[in-house]
Formats: sequence, C-alpha cells, structure tokens
Amino acid sequence: MNSVLDFTATSHYYGQNMTGVAVIDYGMGNLRSVAKALEHVAGASTIEVTACAERIMQADRIVFPGQGAARDCMAELQRLGLDKVVREVVRTKPFLGICMGLQILLDCSEENDGVPGLGIFPGRVQRFPAQMRDSHTNDILKIPHMGWNQVRQTTAHPLWHGIAQDSRFYFVHSYYVNPADPMQTAATAQYGVDFVCAMAHNNVFAVQFHPEKSHDAGLVLLANFMRWNGKV
Amino acid sequence: MSLAKRIIPCLDVDRGRVVKGVKFVGIRDAGDPVEIARRYDQQGADELVFLDITASSDQRDTMIHIVEQIAAQVFIPFTVGGGIRSVADIRRMLNAGADKVAINTAAIQHPELVREAAARFGSQCIVLAIDAKRVHCANEDEQARWEVFTHGGRKNTGIDVVQWANQMTGQDGAGEILLTSMDRDGTRDGFDLALTRAVSEAVSVPVIASGGVGNLDHLADGVTLGKADAVLAASIFHFCEYTVAQAKQHMAERGIEIRN
Repeated sequence: MNSVLDFTATSHYYGQNMTGVAVIDYGMGNLRSVAKALEHVAGASTIEVTACAERIMQADRIVFPGQGAARDCMAELQRLGLDKVVREVVRTKPFLGICMGLQILLDCSEENDGVPGLGIFPGRVQRFPAQMRDSHTNDILKIPHMGWNQVRQTTAHPLWHGIAQDSRFYFVHSYYVNPADPMQTAATAQYGVDFVCAMAHNNVFAVQFHPEKSHDAGLVLLANFMRWNGKV
Repeated sequence: MSLAKRIIPCLDVDRGRVVKGVKFVGIRDAGDPVEIARRYDQQGADELVFLDITASSDQRDTMIHIVEQIAAQVFIPFTVGGGIRSVADIRRMLNAGADKVAINTAAIQHPELVREAAARFGSQCIVLAIDAKRVHCANEDEQARWEVFTHGGRKNTGIDVVQWANQMTGQDGAGEILLTSMDRDGTRDGFDLALTRAVSEAVSVPVIASGGVGNLDHLADGVTLGKADAVLAASIFHFCEYTVAQAKQHMAERGIEIRN
C-alpha cells in the first residue's frame, strides 16, 4: 500500500504556502488524531486545536470534527459560544466537517429524542433501523456501523481529486444524515440502506467517515482540503 | 458495496516491548511496538489493538509515550487496553491518540465505568474486553456456556459471558466487544467458534474474535462460522508466518468482503 498522495496543483487550489488551520475543539472526542493527520499533510501550514472564537475567526480554514452524542455536542457548542462562530465561518472559509461535524450542520437529529442542529444544511439526522440484514449473508447488521466501507462519489469535487471511485474509508456511527436537497450530496455509502456520507455546498465539505483514520485515501482527502480555495 | 470484515493484528506490550505469551506464560520478545505498528499499517491492517500487560503501574507512562508515537505515524484506528481503571485513565489514552480503549477487569469491578465512559466519550471508543472460558458441563446434552475471567485470566467471576456481553453493550454501553477465548489463546487451534457465534448473535454491536489463530482458514472461519465482525491475531503476524495482505487475500478467496 504505497502512498498515493498527489500534490498536482489545479485551479481549485492556492499555489503558495497557506497559514493557519483551526481545528475546533468543543470538548467532544479525540481531536489529537485529526490534528496529527492534518500535520502529516500540512506542509508549511500550522494546525491549531482551539476553542478560542478569535483564533477560529482568524484561521484560513476550519476543520470541525466531533464524536459523541448530538445533544452534548450542541450543548457544548452553545456553552462555549462556538455555535455563532461556526455559523459565521461556515459562510466564509474552506470548511471541513467530520462525523458529528457533519451531522450537527443539519436542521435536527433524532438522537436523544430530538436535538436541533445548526441548520446550515436542510435535512435531518436519523438512526440506522434495527434488525437490518446483510443482502448476501442475511446476517443482522451491527450498530454502530463500524469499519471500512466503500464511498460512492456522486459529484465531482476538488476534495475527491486523486481518490478512486468506491475507495474505502473508516466509519463509526449509528446515525446518518438525510439531506433535503439532493444537490448537496457529494457521496453515498451502503449499510442496510443507501445513505449520504458526504455533503458539499460552496465552501463547505462534510463527511460522515473519518479521513484521519482512513489511511492513504483519507490523507489524500485531507491534503486536498489543505489546498482547496473553497470553490467548486 | 458493503462493509469489509476487519483484520486486526494485536500487540501485547510489556514494558515498552511487544511480547506474545502462550496461554499467558512463556513470553517471547517480538520487537518494538511503533515499528511493528508501522509494518502492519503498510501491509494493510484495518485496525490495531495494543494490550498493555505491564504488571507495575509505574511503567504505565511508557505506554502513553508509545501511543503518542503511534498516533503520529499510523493513520488507521487503534485500541489500547490493559490497566484501564477510571475515566481519567481513558481520557489520558484518548488524549495520547488512541481511538478506543478496551476495558476488562475494571468493567467487572465497576460496571458503571463503562456507561460513564460511553456517555463522556461516546460508545464508539469504549470496547468491552471479555476473557471467556468454557464451563465444562457434567451433562453432554447441556448447552455450552462460558464464564468471564479477569486479572489477565487469573480470576473467575462466575458471570455468564453472553449475559455480560448483552448487559454492557447497546446504545448507552460499550460500542464493541473484544472476545478472547482463554481456552484457545496461544493454542493455534482456531477460534472458539461456538463462543464467538453465541456472543455475536446475542449483541447488537460488532464483535472482534480473538484467541487461537494458527492459520488463515481460522481467520475466515471466525467470520463465516463465528459471525465475527472482525478477527484478531498476534503470533501468526509477529513471526512473519503470514502478512496481513496474505490473510486478506485468503479471506477474499473464501468469499469474504475485505478492504484491499
């Protein structure tokens, strides 16, 4: 498994060194692996894990990761005043949401008996149905959906550059997004149901899987993000 | 298009070195954990598990340091277990870069730790490790059953494995089970398939089969007959009998979905 990192510049990328990437830290989950993977592909850019509104506003690009329960994530964002910051930067800077950092962008989640999200993407978040069965073996599918699954790219996007169709990425989640606008779907995957695993709109790209844990394909996606100017 | 079954090399780490015991005794030195982790990553391992079997707690910082190094070099998920006793221990491991922690003895002593940790860090990073031993029944017609052991296999709790697995998983419990057969561990006779299947069919979360792998068919059997979601092995990989890539090719030939 050789590295397939491809640094070919295209019109979608800045040519020169960029400065800062802010990884938004709202106290949920393990941000170290996200920061480490970004550092691995960062070149001259700096990676800062931060909960400071000012630092986030100053950064050139934003990574919004997250794990855990939707209710806790929203509560922590609000407690730290970061919900307003996210609403601001999501309009203006190259923005990458990961896992809960995708789900929280939608209108609401059925997790914890209903949690409002940031409402940046219209649509809702729902749980995988219980008792789904594997179409080949007829075994009951486990929840969480955990492991390496294939990602079907449904739209051309600078962040898919150099990543083969149906490449496998690492997933771990029990809920998935159901966007209202099909034009915002960037990829789908299949686990009992077909579900949306990546969304894109203007300067925002958000994924259900974990690029920081997805070996070469994940590192390519992160490298693409580091060079993306936020245009499609 | 479907989810791949995972192949997980396991590294037992004692005072900073990878070792592998046979039935928990007779330890052979197998190398530097960071170097071995990188080798498995390059071979296409889907995940890694590190079990810290260091007896003394003053050596625990060694493991933290190793976890930090691995996190900076290996971009696949990895689990750390052994000696995890509190929410603070879990936080330290996750902050060092581990994706999941495996809890065994502490889960028996303080079952609320699993739920507390799942609520705090998310179910996805809490793995319930179970060391299971078959209970020999007087009557052969009686259904097989297994009991949970702790303290590296030295203490029998008398708790039924299937019941324990069920009780500690689900929406607010552990998100995965690492199931080791103590009867098979180190024997190279293959997984305890009846055990693996009994647990996997009883719980809603993924199950990692562990203990007894001696050849590549054992890995495939764990999935097809044991209904495991992931298969773990140590010695067949450490001593270079097989590479992870060979294991995957063999599983693919047996019709199992794998990640290339």
